[in-house]
Formats: sequence, structure tokens, C-alpha cells
Amino acid sequence: MDVATTAPSHADHANHANHGDHGDHGYHPTGLKRWLFTTNHKDIGTMYLTFSLLMFFVGGAMILAVRAELFQPGLQLMQPEYFNQLIGVHALVMIFGALMPAATGFANWQIPLMIGAPDMALPRLNNWGFWLLPPAALLLTLPFILALFGIGSGAIDTGWTFYAPLSVQGGMGIDFAIFAVHILGVSSIMGSINVIVTLVNLRAPGMTLMKMPLFCWGWLITAILLIVTLPVLAGAVTMLLMDRHFGTHFFDAAGGGDPILFQHLFWFFGHPEVYILLLPVWGLMPHVVSTFSRKPNYGYKAQVYSFIAIGVLSLVVWAHHFFTAGLPVPALLYFMYSTMSISLPLAVLFFCWIATMWRGAMSFETPMLFAVGFIVLFGIAGLTGLVLADVAADAQYHHSYFVVAHFHYALFTGGIMGVMTGVYYWLPKWTGHMYDERLGKLHFWLTVISFNLTFMPQFFLGLAGMPRRIPDYALQFAEFNAISTVGAFILGFSQLVFAWNIIKTVRGGPPASNRVWENSEGLEWQLSSPPPHHSWETPPEVK
Amino acid sequence: MAHRETSCPRGRVAVRELIRCIGSAVALLCASAAAWADYKWNFPTPATPIARDTLAIHNQFMLIITALFVVVFAIMIYSMVKHRKSVGHTPAGFSGPTGSIQWFWALVPFGILLYIDFVLMGVPAFHAVVDMEDTKTRADMVLKVTGMQWKWQYEYPDSGIKFISTLTTPQEQINNQAAKGDHYLLEVDNAVVLPVGKKVRVLLTSTDVIHTWWVPQFGVKRDAIPGFLRETWVKIEEPGTYRGQCAELCGKGHGFMPVVVQAVSEPEYAAWVEKKKAESASAAASADKAFSRDELMTQGKEVYAKNCAVCHQPAGQGLPPAFPALAGSKVVDTPLVTAEGKLIPDSHVDRVINGKPGTAMQAFKTTLSDLELAAVITFERNSFGNTRGDMIQPAQIKALR
Repeated sequence: MDVATTAPSHADHANHANHGDHGDHGYHPTGLKRWLFTTNHKDIGTMYLTFSLLMFFVGGAMILAVRAELFQPGLQLMQPEYFNQLIGVHALVMIFGALMPAATGFANWQIPLMIGAPDMALPRLNNWGFWLLPPAALLLTLPFILALFGIGSGAIDTGWTFYAPLSVQGGMGIDFAIFAVHILGVSSIMGSINVIVTLVNLRAPGMTLMKMPLFCWGWLITAILLIVTLPVLAGAVTMLLMDRHFGTHFFDAAGGGDPILFQHLFWFFGHPEVYILLLPVWGLMPHVVSTFSRKPNYGYKAQVYSFIAIGVLSLVVWAHHFFTAGLPVPALLYFMYSTMSISLPLAVLFFCWIATMWRGAMSFETPMLFAVGFIVLFGIAGLTGLVLADVAADAQYHHSYFVVAHFHYALFTGGIMGVMTGVYYWLPKWTGHMYDERLGKLHFWLTVISFNLTFMPQFFLGLAGMPRRIPDYALQFAEFNAISTVGAFILGFSQLVFAWNIIKTVRGGPPASNRVWENSEGLEWQLSSPPPHHSWETPPEVK
Repeated sequence: MAHRETSCPRGRVAVRELIRCIGSAVALLCASAAAWADYKWNFPTPATPIARDTLAIHNQFMLIITALFVVVFAIMIYSMVKHRKSVGHTPAGFSGPTGSIQWFWALVPFGILLYIDFVLMGVPAFHAVVDMEDTKTRADMVLKVTGMQWKWQYEYPDSGIKFISTLTTPQEQINNQAAKGDHYLLEVDNAVVLPVGKKVRVLLTSTDVIHTWWVPQFGVKRDAIPGFLRETWVKIEEPGTYRGQCAELCGKGHGFMPVVVQAVSEPEYAAWVEKKKAESASAAASADKAFSRDELMTQGKEVYAKNCAVCHQPAGQGLPPAFPALAGSKVVDTPLVTAEGKLIPDSHVDRVINGKPGTAMQAFKTTLSDLELAAVITFERNSFGNTRGDMIQPAQIKALR
């Protein structure tokens, strides 16, 4: 394999703790210019992760306002119009602003380190991919600010799903959101192309596809899913834009259109999106579990095949998101059984994670705590997902708080807690400093307890019949909502511990060794902590 | 609640206890009168065969997934306790099944899962779906439900009855200026009346955006989609009042369009039908009568409060830019009709009757009677500081339709 390394080779990479001595190959601007013009995968990864953390707090603040409103029955803090804007933008910010950029940040930092490459294959595209994000985030949130000056009626108020015809009716916040989605989509597709090109071309000699680290496999499937589905979303929102401003009737029955068409198009993207958010996490989880169990991964091939199976299945189950829309019986049955069959490859993953722990020698540092928390709580998401697939029972769960609880178990514990696992696991490698273990454990316990306090009551609210996305509710739902709000505030403020721990680690702390952990395996642990400027200048041999 | 214990996963007991403790404290803080006995841990008591089916399936599934949860994580927790570095466990080195016995044990869980997915859960689910979607077999009557921002219209095609059902919870209660009633947000002016023991085929549609008709005790939930008919069915077993809500985000009034169904015995239902028929006959007769401005103003005020005030606000100031003000509105300040009595495009009358496509302003000709339209138009032209001074008669509206 021809690996591009024109730079002078260094005999021992591990000794390059700083990259000052790399000044001979290239131009290294400092200050703002360094970040604006950087093509270095680590700098770009850092920017993605910082942006993600920032958006995590923005989206979190929005939902705390919502939870505060829902603390008691009656309207206390805001009008329903504003409530509807907050819930929709919260979801868009968390999905497109926090979770996806976090995964892309991981990909940028880790993929070159893990496959023995000097950088990502397309560094300039990489830079552009990141710098599209801030304008998109601005487009999403700007309507809130414009409304304060009497321009427009605020941000998108249809929920993150843009369902037509409600979204045809809305104000210019929806146009802003449509363009934000376009830009975010372009950014994600560029990131995905970069990941695929890197993984296909820049693997170290000897690293066959079936020797590639599982994190890279998870990302490869994610990238393929993004490229397959994002254009469909872009098309759907463009059709919506046409309906709104240019007199088309894609989603208007009076002109021969169909509102349900929008739901099909949206969820053709929307369901794979769930796996786009989760596959990078499923990919990193085996590394963490294996490291702290001091045992090789169980069932590497089975996990790879499961990733592929889940990727394929995720493309053909979308309609379970609108079982109540009135699909014909054969369609209902097909989407029910195909959805249920996702439980099989997912069970393979759970089996492999637990089998990796089995008869190991486990220790429970913060990353392992988060990994175990992830496995248990994500298990709840998976199991409730299995019952949601049942069309008959779904008639009761659908559009209710049961669904809200379910997908927060999937996306918070499955997604965000997975990202936290990765951050604690790799932060010493990235910064060269160990994080504060005491703070990390505090963060873990606060997060897990308050998360369950927030979302466990929502399962019961849903069963009792509380619809989602309502700004005010009947009296029988009052107590559970109050508990949920208390939990949400603890959960939100606990994340300040996380932010503080990261800042502290970046600024200093006990030096981390190359390997960081006692039993970490893989190419990335052979490099110094932090790794040299051009990660692998000479490709390592993989046997 | 016989199903209460079975449906609460045992693996979550600790969390539930915690919730219970903090919940009690919060409940005290809120000075809530609700006793713990009132707590809903599961679906509300089923009122239809479908709801009973759904509850049984749900309970069975909850047991299955709880068992899966407990077994899988018991194994994991056992391993976490036994196979720790701190207790000096030496790690094994295996990375996959070796030999046919290990392969067998690795494949057993998937066999079990296949059985659970497609037999244990899949077969009852199949029957429930087929039953739920069978709206036509031996249906006794039809109820047509039309969702609109933010109220429901009910229509009985067999008897020609048609009315609108809107929230009656006063704004003061919502704004915390008055004590909240027992049925806060779940009360309406005109409940749907249905006979018990009859299979009612429910047809659903919408005039504007997607709504979802949901009464938890009926076990059915179906979207009302503009321009299309969807259907479901209910067969209520016991007389009583059943309450539900719109379940699909449909704009600012989404949380404020409840569904209230009054199930009564068959003779009571027949009597109600007769009464409603008489009411609509007298309403139809009044369309040709000439009304005084005061009569129209009085009735217009009521119609306005029920149909228009949510968006245009009680004092007509609107919520610009989405919902324009009627006070001093340029649209209101247009002539009623042409000299020949024809409709003027984009005039006040046109806007109220035909709505404005692409906005929340709906075509009220589908939901309001001639008298109601004439009254509300007259009211809007002579209120909120608008002084057009003119009036329109129901008969004129009738001619414009």
C-alpha cells in the first residue's frame, strides 16, 4: 500500500512529546489563524469536540427552560408558541450540534492514530467541513434573537421532525432551519467522504479490513449511512421549501400531494440517523471494555457483521415512526417484524460486550464506569424499543412520553454517555495529562442517578396517557413531571463537572504515559501522549 | 390495578424507590392533594376490547423484557463482582467461541431471542394488528372526526348531526389566576356521545395540519390527515366519560384540544340524537331569517370567543406576525360584498369564509353555520375599535357559499 509520507522519517515516534521540532515541514500559524486555516486532524478534532460541548450546553439550557415550564401544571414561564420553538431547536441542536460533531471529532482525532496514518486523507475538506458548522448553528438559533427585535415569529416550532403541513404554515424560523439542515448535511457528507477515503486508502501496511479497529468499522458504516440518507433529508426539506414559497404541492392533498410522503422521506433519513448517532459509540465501546477487562475483544468478526447488518436493516424499517398514520396492514406487519429483527444483531453486540468482560480482570476507572452505565441503560432503550415495534401496543405508546423516555435512553445513555466514555478514555492520550479521577467518578454517579430520575418517570407518564410536546398538562401528571424536572436540573448542572474536568485536564495534570491504561491495545497507544503533529510519519507494520 | 406489580420491571425497583422518596418531598412542596394510591403506573383501565388486548400484550411484553433485563444484567453484574482485578482474578485470553459446545452456548441466546421476537411477541402482535385494523366488519355506526386548529368537529352521517367540541378550561386557570378544576385541560363544551356496546367505525380527517385523536382508555390512536380519510374503531363497554387529547404537535394550541367521549346506554343515545336533530333543524330555519345588528353582535361575540380568540386574542390585538391583529386591520376595513352581492377576493368576508391557504387561518365555511359566520363577521367589523358600522345577514352568506 502506498502511504503518503514524504516527511523525513523519525526512528522513534514515541519520543516526540511536543511538535516544536516539526517546524521544518510546513507553515504553522498561531492564534486564531491556526484554528481557521488548520488542516491538521487533531486541531480539527479538537474544534469539533469543543463545538459539540458548547452546543451540548446550549441545547441543555433550552430543555431546562422547557422542564421548568413543565414543573407544574399551568403556564408559568412561557407561551405555547415559545415552548414549541424550544423543544424543536433543542432536538436539532443536540442531534446535529452536539452528538454528530462529537462523533466526527472522535473520528478526526482517532482514525489516523488507530490506522497508522499521518492525517486524514482530505485535510482541506476536513477544515471546510468543520467551519460549516458554526454558520449552521447560527441559522438555527438566530430566529430566537431576531424575534426579540420584532423580525419573524421565532425559531422552528414544529419539533425537529418538520412535519408538513404544520411546517408549511410556520414562520421564517422554518426557512432558517431548512437552510441549517442543508449546510449541516453538506458538512456531514464531506466528513463522511473523508472518513471513507481515509479508511480505504491510509491503513497501515498489513492492516486488512478485518483487522481494522472496531471504532473505525463503526464509523465506516456510519459514514456510508450518512451518504445514503442525508441527500434524502435534503431533498425532503427542499420540497418543503418549495411548498412554502414556490407554490408546489408535494405535501398538500389539495394539489395532489400527500402529507405522509414527508414522513416517509423524513424517516428514511431519520431512522438511520439513530444508528448514525450510535454506531461510532458502539465502535468505541469494545475498546474500552476490553482495556478495562484486560482481555481481548470477544467476537470481533461477529461485531463487524452486526454493524453491517444493523446498517442495512436501519434503511428498511423507517415507517415504525408513524404507525398511527394509517398504513395498510401488510405494511404494518412488515415494518413491525423488520424492526423486531434489529434486536438480533444488537443482541450480538450486547453478548460480545458482556462476553468480553466475562472472566477478565476488571477495574472500574471512569471510562469503564461510563461503559457499564452505557450498557445497562442502553439495554433499557433496546428493550423498550422492542415493545415499541409492536403495532398494537405502539398505538398506546406512540406520541406519548413513553417514546420520549425511550429515545432519551437511546440517545442520552446510548449516545451522549458513550461520547463521555470516549472522552475520558482518550483525553489523556490527546492532552498528555490524566484527568481528575475523583471528579470523573462524581460526574458519572451524578449523571446516572439524575438521568434515571429525569426519564424513568416519563415512562410512567406515557403509560398513563400524557402526550408529548404539550406545554401544559392535566393534573394527574403533575407529580411525575415535578420529579422529572428536579432530575433534569441535577442532570444539567452535573455536566458542569464534566466541563470543568476537561478544562482542568487540558491545562495540566499528572503526565499520561504512551499507553495510558494498563492493557490498552492498538496503534494509537504506541504514539506519545499527546501524539506528534503528524501522527504517523512512517506507517507502522501491522501483523 | 391488578397489573400494577407485573408491569413494573423489578430491575428498576431501586430507582423507583428513589423516585418515590423524592416524589413525596416534591408532592408536599407542591401541596398537591393527590394521594399515592391515585398513581398511574400502567395504562388506564381499558374501556374497549382493543384496549384490553393492548393492555394484556403490553403487560406480557413488560414481563418478557424485564426478565431479559434481569437475566442479562445479573450475568454481567456477577462477572463484575467476581472477575475484578482487585480480587486478584487473572484474565482469561479467549476472544470467541472455540469448539462446538461453546458455539452452542453462544447461539442459544439468539435462538431464544428469535423465539421471543417472532413467536412469543410476534404472534399475539399479529392478531392484535389485524383486529385493530378491521374497522368495517359488523360496524354498527360511523362517527366522522375532523381535527382543526385547535378543536375537534364530530359528525354523525347517519343522523346528520354535526358539531364542534372545544376546550372549556378558562384562561385564568391556565394562567394560574384561578384554582384548577378536576378536569383541567380535559373538559369540552360538547362531548361526543356514543352508545355503549356498539361497534363505532371512526373516520378521521383534518382541515389544516395533522392531528391525532387519542383516548387512552380506548387503546386506539389514529392520525387525522388533511385531505385523506383514516379510520379506526371503538366499542365502548361501560357507560361513562372518557378523556383524551390530541397527540400530534399541531401548533400553539396542541396542548389545548382535548377529546371527551360520553358513553351512554342505547335509549339515552337515541334521545340525544333526537334532541340534536331538533336543534340543528331550528338552526337551519334561522338562516333565512333577518337578524338585527344587536342579535348578530351578541352571537358574534360568542362565536369569536370560541373560534377566533385563541389566535387573534380576546381584544383583537392578535399575536403578530403569525396572527395579525383585527383591531384596525386592513382586511376588516374592506367592503362586505360587491354591489351585486358577489364575493370580493381578499376581503374580510372572503378571508373568514375561505381562509388563507398556507397559514393557520382556516376556511370557516366548513365548520361554522351561515348564522355564525354572519354574526362573527358583523362582530369583528364593529368591535376592537373597528367602526365599519355595517352588518351581513345569514342569507347573504348562504348565497356566497
